[in-house]
Amino acid sequence: MVNLSCTRSGKVYLGMLFLLGIAPLLFQWTNQPFLLDLLSRGLIIGIAALSLNLILGYGGMISLGHVAYLGIGAYCVGIPAYYDVYDGWIHLSLAIVTCALFALITGAVSLRTKGVYFIMITMAFSQMIYFIFLSLEEYGADDGLVIYARSEFPVWMNMESAVSLYYWIFGLLILTLFFIHRLVRSRFGRVIIGSKYNDLRMQSLGFNTYGYRLTCYVISAVICGLAGVLLGNFTSFISPEMMSWTRSGELIFMVIIGGAGSLFGPLFGALSFLFLEEALSLITIYWHLIFGGLLIALVLFGKGGIDAWLRKLDK
Amino acid sequence: MDWNLLISQLVNSVQLGLLLFLLASGLTLIFGIMDFINLSHGSFYMMGAYFCGSIVAATGSFFAGIIVGLVGVFFLGALVEWLIARQLYKENHLDHVLVTFGLILVFDALVHIIWGPSGLSIPLPDFLNGQIQLGSLVFPIYRLVIIFGGLAVAGILYLLISRTRLGMLIRAGASDRDMVESLGININRLFLFVFALGAAMAGFAGMLIAPITEATIGMGNDIIIIAFVVVIVGGIGSIKGAFYVALMIGFIDTMSRSYLDDFLELLASTAAAETAAPAISAMLVYVLMAVVLAFKPTGLFPPTAGNR
Repeated sequence: MVNLSCTRSGKVYLGMLFLLGIAPLLFQWTNQPFLLDLLSRGLIIGIAALSLNLILGYGGMISLGHVAYLGIGAYCVGIPAYYDVYDGWIHLSLAIVTCALFALITGAVSLRTKGVYFIMITMAFSQMIYFIFLSLEEYGADDGLVIYARSEFPVWMNMESAVSLYYWIFGLLILTLFFIHRLVRSRFGRVIIGSKYNDLRMQSLGFNTYGYRLTCYVISAVICGLAGVLLGNFTSFISPEMMSWTRSGELIFMVIIGGAGSLFGPLFGALSFLFLEEALSLITIYWHLIFGGLLIALVLFGKGGIDAWLRKLDK
Repeated sequence: MDWNLLISQLVNSVQLGLLLFLLASGLTLIFGIMDFINLSHGSFYMMGAYFCGSIVAATGSFFAGIIVGLVGVFFLGALVEWLIARQLYKENHLDHVLVTFGLILVFDALVHIIWGPSGLSIPLPDFLNGQIQLGSLVFPIYRLVIIFGGLAVAGILYLLISRTRLGMLIRAGASDRDMVESLGININRLFLFVFALGAAMAGFAGMLIAPITEATIGMGNDIIIIAFVVVIVGGIGSIKGAFYVALMIGFIDTMSRSYLDDFLELLASTAAAETAAPAISAMLVYVLMAVVLAFKPTGLFPPTAGNR
């Protein structure tokens, strides 16, 4: 991330990351546990938005079903916990394997299609997962599942307290940012970005873009699944409702508000989205109306999102 | 085998299929002609139910509710096309998704403000509320009304599309929009009409189902996804495809929900069958779509012979 500290926008982003890093200390000092809760949730959703950005922003694959992986990740904590298996490593590996497999199968079918078909087929697959969990009586169906204890890890890295869970989330966030930063600058990333703009040209250059895109889709799903594991630990209550397709719509909004195809944008898009939602719902019970209108206006008039806005500092 | 149950499930599956057709036919036209993804199509379904419910509550007449509701949703659709959709036809699909998703939030919030958070039930007139006896079989009259209503609209739509000049333009628009435009047809007016017609049909579906389920906020958000599946499997822009596939999906969905566990019991233990059946029947529709797309990426009944 060397070149980040050279530009003004990069400095702003790094400063904000630093603030996120010391936030729990600030909140403890000012005694604001509610804000820590809000921020933990924001960062988890932020990681999910970053993972969606990898395929949507960089790869041009508009998935309207990405929250399915958030849900699968959360259920990979919930279902083992239901059988009294609390080992965190099992939860993590289960989430990685399940998300990768599901993404591999559905991605292999979805990526054969383009445009509208891709949007609709990803949405339909996520609805499929949603309805499956909705019909599994054993795991609470639409009543959801309560997780009585958090995933267990060795003492020095446990996630028992709110602050330690926050640092788990923050750690995954930093790893994700670093990984995506490296990935999109690698040969692999160049192929993904290239196939977004002109798939045919990439193919005629000899790249099997289908394979690259499928790999990218699976990577993105696994990152989102890991965020899901943290979400399951954070909420300690999971239900199919968290996988409803409207949530995927919200996730796309976060990416767009933040700036699709930028490294940090989606994270701050997610944070702004959630804080705006929280703030508006405090002001008026009809906040959905303002919120919906605001979102439409942002799409129509605010091209490039937060990232483009911050980049004006660089000129 | 319980024949009464089988026949009543058949009636249910046709009913679901026709409701899906009412939603999907508008969606497939808007998709096919304007190349516009309208996620908020389900909101017209909801608004139809609420319009109808208010008129029924005010006048006491169910038919007044249907007529006024239809006109209301038609103009609402025209308004949305004129104010919002028209600005977006030239933008990319992602913008369509985002803006129409925002519209869903707006419509849900509007309903919340105007009608309140609880649902709105629509009372049926007495003569529609009873049951009809055919031999040893008993049908609720209203379910038959839904079926005849749906079939009537499908028939009218068929005549409109295949027998009128307007329908000819719509068919031409679905297969080659640029050509229609270059032949000097006022494409804006055609788009406006198609969008409003689609909205009215979705609204009609909402009105038909509301007396059974009552009108609720977000009632369109789940069924619209299955309508999208119908559109994709049927072939974007194909009314015929929407009709056959809607009936097929209505059949598969209803039948698997009621009979899959019996069928699975033949293969596995009762307990396993009872656990697996609901999950599998929830998946079936989507698996069908995946299989169709894997072999015929443009759907079963693509509207053109050439490519567009």
